[in-house]
Amino acid sequence: MSGNMNLTLKVWRQKSQNAQGAFETYEAKNISPDMSFLEMMDVVNEDLIKAGKEPIAFDHDCREGICGMCSMYINGRAHGPLKGVTTCQLHMRSFSSGETITIEPWRATAFPVLRDLVVDRTAFERIQQAGGYVSVNTGSVPDANAIPISKENADEAFLSAACIGCGACVAACKNSSAMLFVSAKVSQYALLPQGNVERKERVLKMVSQMDQEGFGNCSNTEACEAECPKEIKVTNIARMNREFLRAKLFS
Amino acid sequence: MNSAFKFLDTSIGRKVLMSLTGLFLCTFLIVHVSGNMQLFKNDYGLAFNQYSVFMTTFTPIKVVSYLLYLTIILHAISGFRLTMQNRAARKIGYGAAKDPRSSSWASKNMGILGTIILLFLVTHMANFWFKYKFGDVPYVQYMLDVNSGEVLGAPVGLTDSGHMKPHEIMASDANGQPVKLVIVRDLYNVVKMAFQETWLVVLYLLGMIALAYHLVHGFQSSFQSLGIRHPSYASLIQGIGVWVFGILIPLLFAAMPVYFYFMKS
Repeated sequence: MSGNMNLTLKVWRQKSQNAQGAFETYEAKNISPDMSFLEMMDVVNEDLIKAGKEPIAFDHDCREGICGMCSMYINGRAHGPLKGVTTCQLHMRSFSSGETITIEPWRATAFPVLRDLVVDRTAFERIQQAGGYVSVNTGSVPDANAIPISKENADEAFLSAACIGCGACVAACKNSSAMLFVSAKVSQYALLPQGNVERKERVLKMVSQMDQEGFGNCSNTEACEAECPKEIKVTNIARMNREFLRAKLFS
Repeated sequence: MNSAFKFLDTSIGRKVLMSLTGLFLCTFLIVHVSGNMQLFKNDYGLAFNQYSVFMTTFTPIKVVSYLLYLTIILHAISGFRLTMQNRAARKIGYGAAKDPRSSSWASKNMGILGTIILLFLVTHMANFWFKYKFGDVPYVQYMLDVNSGEVLGAPVGLTDSGHMKPHEIMASDANGQPVKLVIVRDLYNVVKMAFQETWLVVLYLLGMIALAYHLVHGFQSSFQSLGIRHPSYASLIQGIGVWVFGILIPLLFAAMPVYFYFMKS
């Protein structure tokens, strides 16, 4: 078909967590500009399978930009060149035919590579389990408007809760810091009355778990905000710092 | 005490320490640059030399100066530890070059900028602080008009038997007119002579460029680390960081070596 693209891919291949990895070069031929980036990867993998080679392992699930499974560090940017978009929602029209695309896994000590482009992000789950919840005894359905919440706080909490936990903030940060993720999770509860009961323990436990996982410190470069597919704001980090200081100094 | 150390060993605690020490050093810069503006006074260095006596003898200033040395050391050690931890957080780097648009150059190079400033500080203290405190900066005598306080010409050098102290006395000049004599050590001349050296002037300018970049990011970053951020004043903090600490203060400091290099030689 006319208008289709031919691309050269430089992909990180690594057999297992402890194996030595290296870049391999692949040709992606006759790629439709309307394909998503992951569909392009599927085409390349089918060719690899047909040729009797190991396909490239990568994480994906919903392919709708809401699950947070897809990753990939594309041409020096987490989730590729578009702003506010996950890799699955990135389309090949954002590239030009003949281009060489470098595809790497997230790089962080806390996110070890499991295979090729797949990294272990369970560190995020452990942080979430440490305090990213509210304890409520379930009973009958409560009245929807029993707890009044200001529109401003509800909106702000919703924006923070938009974090899908993909780890792009860690991947984009020069320090592999998880501050944006953790601050979004802390914020979404800190802004709502439901989160007030465990407010102090939450921030202390989540920050403590974050530190144990081996993420770096925050240098406020704000690369995380620039690369976040859900456009989570660094003002969340300031809020988390406030919450942490409040819990440490005034409790 | 134990819990304070525990707090400082958390990722947020470490940044709070960097913020507080950094902001304290920022306030010092304001004092230092204002005081040193007296170098530009056209009085053969009298005001500057008297200011030097005040800064080294007034007890509260002496206490604050030891706090200052401690702060510099804390800021540097803590910054070094942060850099090491941040490096360990990504042992294997990326193959592709990072897109430069996502963050400012200064914010990514605070460790390098800080190291340049520390090296500059060591040279700077060896040049002036050490010489004034432990070296032999000779005493000079200024002659002042009793009524107007005006300096009557360049100071004359004095020979010090080792017991001299800065002081003022009333005397009369060759014509029998009453004059005030001010006897101080001539740090002004040490400054003036030091900045005749091209390499030292260049080093000072490089130090100030590093300081400018360090503060453009550091000043506003310290507020973020302390959680002080709100849309209503974020741009004010940003503005002060760029215009006062990133441009005005380094420029005034840089003007000092340049002034002596070009005007007084």
